[in-house]
Amino acid sequence: MLEIKNLHVKLEDEDKAILKGLTLTVPKGEVHAIMGPNGSGKSTLAYVLAGREGYEITDGDILWNGESIIEMEPDERAAKGVFLAFQYPMEIPGVAGLTFLRTAANAVRKRRDMAELSTPEFLKVVKEKAAKLNIDFEMLKRPVNVGFSGGEKKRSEILQMAMLEPSLCVLDETDSGLDIDALKVVSDGVNALRSPDRAMLVITHYQRLLNHIVPDKVHVLAHGRIQRTGGKELALELETSGYADYTGKAA
Amino acid sequence: MPAVQETVEQVKKIDVDQYKYGFETDIEMVKAPKGLNEDIVRFISEKKGEPAWMLDWRLDAYRRWRAMTEPTWAKVSYPKIDFEDLYYYAAPKSTEGPKSLDEVDPELLRMYERLGVPLQEQEILAGVKSDKPRVAVDAVLDSVSVVTTFKEELAKAGVIFCSISEALREHPELVKKYLGSVVPQSDNYYAALNSAVFSDGSFVYVPEGVRCPMELSTYFRINERETGQFERTLIIADKGAYVSYLEGCTAPMRDENQLHAAVVELVALDDAEIKYSTVQNWYPGDKNGKGGIYNFVTKRGDCRGRNSKISWTQVETGSAITWKYPSCILRGDNSRGEFYSIAVSNGYQQVDSGTKMIHLGKNTSSRIISKGIAAGFSQNTYRGLVSAHRKATGARNFTACDSLLIGDKCGAHTVPYIEAKNSSAHFEHEATTSKISDDMLFYCQQRGLSEEEAVALVVNGFVRDVLQQLPMEFLAETQKLIGISLEGSVG
Repeated sequence: MLEIKNLHVKLEDEDKAILKGLTLTVPKGEVHAIMGPNGSGKSTLAYVLAGREGYEITDGDILWNGESIIEMEPDERAAKGVFLAFQYPMEIPGVAGLTFLRTAANAVRKRRDMAELSTPEFLKVVKEKAAKLNIDFEMLKRPVNVGFSGGEKKRSEILQMAMLEPSLCVLDETDSGLDIDALKVVSDGVNALRSPDRAMLVITHYQRLLNHIVPDKVHVLAHGRIQRTGGKELALELETSGYADYTGKAA
Repeated sequence: MPAVQETVEQVKKIDVDQYKYGFETDIEMVKAPKGLNEDIVRFISEKKGEPAWMLDWRLDAYRRWRAMTEPTWAKVSYPKIDFEDLYYYAAPKSTEGPKSLDEVDPELLRMYERLGVPLQEQEILAGVKSDKPRVAVDAVLDSVSVVTTFKEELAKAGVIFCSISEALREHPELVKKYLGSVVPQSDNYYAALNSAVFSDGSFVYVPEGVRCPMELSTYFRINERETGQFERTLIIADKGAYVSYLEGCTAPMRDENQLHAAVVELVALDDAEIKYSTVQNWYPGDKNGKGGIYNFVTKRGDCRGRNSKISWTQVETGSAITWKYPSCILRGDNSRGEFYSIAVSNGYQQVDSGTKMIHLGKNTSSRIISKGIAAGFSQNTYRGLVSAHRKATGARNFTACDSLLIGDKCGAHTVPYIEAKNSSAHFEHEATTSKISDDMLFYCQQRGLSEEEAVALVVNGFVRDVLQQLPMEFLAETQKLIGISLEGSVG
């Protein structure tokens, strides 16, 4: 279970508070959506969960399976099962996708006290999972994300997610830059990973992604706090009314 | 790249000092008196039992050197070297005789085992260790070659592979014909010094039409204190011959700076090809910049024949100061020169390295791929010259210089010179400088890689197209070496 308790976050370099008392709980087996206007702190929440530098937690805590993770390095959190699908995945020139996947999968497996995958085992698993995500195996021989289209980058993120078998998946604006066909493929990939052992947090600006990944709960984030929580119908309501109700309100 | 994982494991095994070749070996040595004068030059020549013409050649070089001044154009700074305060000759006492593996001092064999140098010829020949690559090795310690393996096997193919001292005794006509024909005695300050006092190095001659049946390599080791190492290597590929040669270098960790000034000459005749690879890991000094090797090296290949090819590949991770420009003279028509380089600097290392491609013949081509990686407080300069002579019609060059910065206290510099005296020359130059960004590291760490693993992965990706040029046998080891050299460069 993910428990975010009264989380206050500011930028390290400037005196600017972004999250101001965010509280949220996502039990295992559930998919929660975070929706909100631009600048509401959605991406900050994703980065802080994954442990990116540059943010200072001034108050509150984040517990994953009852354990505070806010002092952990990003790789320690990854070993604990935290996975972030990036809005803008980074390019790594000269490093083939397969090399990256294998290095990451084995790094994580080792820290989880699991046997490392041998080359044949690894290739078998990758081929299976790539096929499901409609990823051409040849694409994995190219350097990570270099020259990838928006759709290729996002499918590659979901393949990494499938390979690392996380227990907490955070998807940051996964629908941005996707056409409708790619959106379907990516959503199917995410849905295939839904499981009673897994909690998912889907961060999005638009409702359309939630037609494909149907959430158990929808939270509206604005001014650094959760302003409202509802079922999947809340997303439809926001689609018609927009975020106007929330943007004007002071925190 | 499973080697990434290995790199990190290797790095973790090394706790405080990351330079794993830093040990000293206690071997009884014979040395020349300190300092440099004509008597020392005579002493060295006599020790080696050289013919009179060789002594004259050395003395000529010595006199020219006396009249020269140290070059100062490179972007390196260091206190003036006192050439009178060095030993110019040091040899293990036990090797002043014949050399076969059974006769080598066991202490020496143990040292090479620790260094991971494959001297176990018998085991490989007998098939005991058949998984090991078959590589012939010339092992040079301080001033002399202590052993050369697989000589007989190579002789069957007609290939001569021995120390240059032995070549002077056994094949003086070949040495006389080619020595100094690519790098003349007075070429530059350090080449002149080397010509006067060079002690040992390797000699290779591959006869007409022969493809050398195995990788050749020389392993240079500085062991003695206050001793300069001046090796001289001469490789000749006769018409239609092919040879691939690799040199490796290490030295103990010392507070003092030690001087290494080598000269390498390559000659490729018609249709011949020489592939020369270097993995240079001289002691780089400690984390505060104390100690380390001053590496002033002149390497040049002469594509003397038509359709000949010379390819330099270098991986430079060591030395406090590197001053090195492996070059190609493209004299033969249709000849080709290549330079692939990875230069890694960390701590207070200073690297000024690059190449010269001199296009003289018709339709000659060259290719330069340079990857500089600077971390810590180091300075990393690429300096290169591409020139086309008036008569070099159809000369072509492609140059790509990429620099990668790790941290914000280091520097990368690119100084390319291009001279085209023939209007048909076609030269291309590309250069990039990038930085390992925090975002890139965060991305990798989010996928479960530690910070060190992430750096090793990104750097290995950056240098990949050069690594591919190395002989397979040395690839994994080199990837590890690059990882180790950058240990502690982030955070």
